Formats: sequence, C-alpha cells, structure tokens
Amino acid sequence: MLPCAQHAKEVKFRLLDKKIATSGWGLYPLVSASVQRARYLSDLGRAAATPILPQGNCRSYGDACLYERVVSTLPLKHLLDFDPQRGLLRAQAGITFAEIIRFALPQGFFPPVTPGTKFPTLGGCIAADVHGKNHHAEGSIAAFVESLDMVLADGSLVRCSRNECADLFWATLGGMGLTGFIYAATLRLKKVPSAYIRQRAIKTANWGETCRVCTETQHEYTYSVAWIDGLQTGRRLGRGHVLLGEHADARELKGKPPFPIHGDGRWAVPFFLPGGVLNAKSLKVFNTLYYHRQVRCETNALVHYDPYFYPLDSIRDWNRLYGRRGFLQYQIAVPYADGAEVIADLLGRIARQGVASPLAVLKTFGPPSEGLLSFPIAGYTLALDIPLRDAGTITFLRELNKTIVEAKGRVYLAKDAILEKEDFAAMYPQLRQFKAVKRKYDPECCFRSCLSDRLGIT
Amino acid sequence: MGAKSAIAQAIVERLDGCDFALAARGCSELEPFAADLQLRHSCEVELFEFDALDFAALARLPQQVHERGGPFDLVVLAFGYLGDERTAQRDTDELAHILNANFTGAAIALAHLANYLEERGTPAGIIAISSVAGDRGRQGNYAYGSAKGGLSIFLQGLRNRLAATSVHVLTVKPGFVDTPMTEGLDGLFLVAPPERVAADIVRAYRQKKDVLYTPFFWRWIMLVIKSIPERIFKKLKL
Repeated sequence: MLPCAQHAKEVKFRLLDKKIATSGWGLYPLVSASVQRARYLSDLGRAAATPILPQGNCRSYGDACLYERVVSTLPLKHLLDFDPQRGLLRAQAGITFAEIIRFALPQGFFPPVTPGTKFPTLGGCIAADVHGKNHHAEGSIAAFVESLDMVLADGSLVRCSRNECADLFWATLGGMGLTGFIYAATLRLKKVPSAYIRQRAIKTANWGETCRVCTETQHEYTYSVAWIDGLQTGRRLGRGHVLLGEHADARELKGKPPFPIHGDGRWAVPFFLPGGVLNAKSLKVFNTLYYHRQVRCETNALVHYDPYFYPLDSIRDWNRLYGRRGFLQYQIAVPYADGAEVIADLLGRIARQGVASPLAVLKTFGPPSEGLLSFPIAGYTLALDIPLRDAGTITFLRELNKTIVEAKGRVYLAKDAILEKEDFAAMYPQLRQFKAVKRKYDPECCFRSCLSDRLGIT
Repeated sequence: MGAKSAIAQAIVERLDGCDFALAARGCSELEPFAADLQLRHSCEVELFEFDALDFAALARLPQQVHERGGPFDLVVLAFGYLGDERTAQRDTDELAHILNANFTGAAIALAHLANYLEERGTPAGIIAISSVAGDRGRQGNYAYGSAKGGLSIFLQGLRNRLAATSVHVLTVKPGFVDTPMTEGLDGLFLVAPPERVAADIVRAYRQKKDVLYTPFFWRWIMLVIKSIPERIFKKLKL
C-alpha cells in the first residue's frame, strides 16, 4: 500500500509544528520533516553544518525536494539588483518566477527559460537546470545564469560562475541542491516586445506526423511543444497538437496594453478527487474532446503568456485531481538517433498497460548544458502524468526505465520518485565528476535529500 | 520599528508611494529587504540600528530619522518579544526582558514619537502592534500578556490625548500569526499568514479605526474569553 497523501492545506498550517508531512507536487512520497525557515543569510550558515536539504516551493514532483531536515528558502525572496541595460537581475534564491515576472515584465523583460509553472523558486530552477519550450533554440536556464552566491557546508559564502569556482558552478546547475545553499543568483533576463505570444497550433494525426512537424518547424520558432493524446493506440498512436510560439510584437496587439501581468488563479481544487475518477475511460473522453476542440488543421492566435506558458497555474492545487495517493510524473529524454521509435514504443506500452496519462507532452531538446547532472540531452523528451494506483505502476515504470537506459536516454530527476540506483548511474555518466566536486565542497556530505539517498549520490 | 517583524515587512510592502526608515536590531540584515523595496516601489529606504531595551537611545531616534531620512508622518511599532513564560516564572531577568521589550521600551519609544508627530502638527498616524494576549491574563503567557495589555492601555490613553490633534492611533491586536515569533510553538490554532494581517492593518488604518482585531474572529473569541467570570476562569487551562 502506498501512504496517503496529506491534505495540502493541512501541510501549510502545520508548518509551525516540529515535524510535518511534506511532499513534492506529485504528493508521493510523503516524508515527515522538520522545516526551518531561512530569513537571513546568516541562517543558512548556521544550518549548513548538519545533514540538511535546501527547499524551495516544492514544485518538483517526486522526492528531490524532500528530506527529514530541510531549510525552506521561501523567506529569502528579495530582489537585490537589476540592470535594465543588460537585463541582469540579481535576486535571492527563494523568489518565485511569478514574482520575477511581476517585477520584470512591466519593464519589458521575461525569464529567459521557464518551466511549465511559474511557482518554482529561482533556486529550485537552478538546482534542476530547468528547460522550457525554447530549449531546442536557447538551451536550459544554465545558459542564462551568470553567477551564484552560495553558502557551503563549512558555512562560507562563495561566489561561483563560469570563471570562478567553475566546478562548483556546473555541479550546482542541475545539482538538485546537493552542493550547498544557493543564496542568490544573477540571471540574464530576456527582452520581450510584449506579454503575448503569437501561437501557431498544428493538429497531427499520428506519431510519425507529430515527430515530423516537431522537428521540421522547431528551427523557425523560439517555442515549440506538442501535446499528445497518450491514450491512443494503433494508427492514432501519438496524435496531438504541435504548439509553436513566438513573442508577439507590440504592433500585433491592436491597441491592447502591452504588458499585463498574470492575475491570481481563478479556480482551485478544494478537495482531493476520489482516486478512481480520473481513469482510462474518463480521460479518453477528455482527451478526445480536447483533441477535436481544434477543428482546423492549423490555427493562429495571440495568447497571453500566462495561459501559454502556465496553463495549469490557473487551477490552484490541481495535483489533488489525482486523489490522495498522488501521481508520478514520468519525464524522459532520448537522443534523436532512434528516439522517435523508442518513444513510439513507450507510448504504445503505456497505452496498453492502461496507466492513464491525460497529459503527455513532447518536446525537442537542443545541445545539453555543462551541468554535470543536467537533464536535457539533444533529442526528444516526453513527459507523462501517471496516477498512482498500486505498486504495479511503479514496477511497470521501472521496466520502462530499462528501455531508456538501453536507448542511452535518461529520466528527469526533478520529476522522479522511483528510479533505481543502477539505472541512474547508467543514465548520468557524469555522476562520477559530480561526486568528486561534491566531496571537494561538502566532504561530510551535509547536503542530502531523499532522492540523493535513494540514488546513491550521498 | 521592529522592521524584522514579518508583519511589519508585510505592511511596508503594502504602503505604495511611501519612503521608509526601517529600524531594527542588527539592521544590516535588512539590506536585501531594503534593496527589494527600492527596486519594486522605487522608494527611498534608510536603515536605523535600534534596540527597544536601550531606553536612552530611544529618545534620539525621531531626530535621527528626521535628519537622515527627512520628516515622517507614520510610525509602525511592530517589535515584540514573546520570551519563555516558564523561564520567566523563575528567572526574573527573563521577566524583566519581556516586560521591558514589550511595554517599557514600546511606551518610551511611542512617547518620543508621539511628541515628534504632535509638534509637527501635520496629519500623521501611529500603528502599534499589541496582542490579543493582552486582553486577559492566562497562566500560559501572562508576562507577555500583561506587557501587551499595558501597551494597549498606554495606546488608549495616547489616542485620547491625541484625539484633538491630527495624529491618529491604531491599536492592532493580532491572534496567532505565522511569523518567526510563533515558529515551532505547540498549541497554535487559526494561524494567519502575515500578509493577511498586514492587509487588515493597512485597511483599518485608512479607515481610521481605533482598535483592530485581526483576523476579525479574534474579536469574538476574546469577547467570550473576557466574559468568563474570574471564579471560573482561574480554574481553566486555556
């Protein structure tokens, strides 16, 4: 039996207790933890000496953000400096992308890389070396991080960048918080002409077409992603919509104000949906309706950044839709070589297994960053939500992992809760270098997480 | 004053179009907060070192702020020290610390600031954070409660004195708020986020309210608690 996920609200209030139940966004696993909040730089130095994990807004899905002792960096949410000429923003690690946008967008700047939600913290995004819909064109967030101010295990404050302590810098980008506390970071923001995206949506009939459209169009667009109906098999396998986007010019807005900011989410999920409501049948209906919502083969529209980049942010606590047991998000990347076949095989197996996945997202990746444990590699990436029913789901996904290892692919640590040690080592060949850097800066192995213990990093 | 308080910071973030003088003990730690305010609100921010227990220095604070930051017309007094009630029962140094920080220091600071505002004669205000704990003495926190109760009465008198002038006085009585003061304490309930409390405070100040319970239901909770006869109350373990 899997442990029941706690009511998210309860967790919020129980933050004041000595030990509270914590979980990532997938609500699985659940870890009892003592949470300290860091308000000042000095708090980080004091916390560094003991086994600890820096924690942001817990938007990673699995156990990357969990440990029995965590330091929440959420109170460290201040902007420190901004250079509007070069778009350089220096901010504390606990600031969320939502807040960065609120500050920067009215001045014509936007995060250069953004994950599919605006609620992760800057520190969390750096620790996961997040990618966005523009990875094929512009790379992961690592490409835009100029420097990091870190508090190490010995309590010292160190600045690292491509030129200073470069080993620490590249171990920290994608390093899942295991190298030290990120206190602050300097991020190069992107100048944008408006808050809107010009979106082109192309409906595809099957996997072959989806892949072809993705690879053919990606060089013409900054943003590219495909939604795939993960429940279809046979000749409809892999059908979906390819969504392409470009920042819209102020002239295209026809007099609308150019930089409106996102509002607060209008909808919320007030309680956990009973576990079985989102099942293969109900999701098939949803997916079919969603697929046919767009009647024409191709549409063009002007879309605000909030629904474009963060469609699910408008529904607060949407993770409760999967019930108390929570869900796994399974995201893998495979090289272009035989990636299309590997993913087609994967989609087929998942659909046949009946582990319903309402949301399947396909994207192409460009060249990787130098982050030692960074996820993106040139190729395809596929992400699926998989509701947790029983232990069989986990066994099934572990079998899939073997296929990924064979294909020289990898699993995204920020979403993972089930990967096994050996598979991890095979997927991330730079693990050895990472461990060496970690030993250098954290010889006592103070910084650790449930994920790092599970995967044998610590 | 007490700019490290989570409630104070949340209030400051809600006061658009103001410049700020932030006074706190170890005020250099507020530099990131000050930088954030300057960037987001394009306002002026000055930091002042201040200790509520240094009574002599409190007299100089209004002048210091006036000289370095210019004249000011709103005072937010948000410092407080919860202390440890159990320790205070045996250790009177702790008791004195609780009483001095929450009452004596606060009253002396308010006296100087009120005189400054009254002399200026322009429309001005004082927002002081007391506590629902000051409404009735309980065995669990009567040191803190009595100091805050004293502060509430001091503010009442001050309001009475300044009613004929243009200085408005708002007494804030928050219940449990999710701040460093309450972090890790047992037996908390109905804990409110500081942002909500701050929004209530700013609204009440703009509406020229005299006493604010925040969140609102504490007014009714305290009404019940205050109306229990002492004969019964003394036997309760609230």
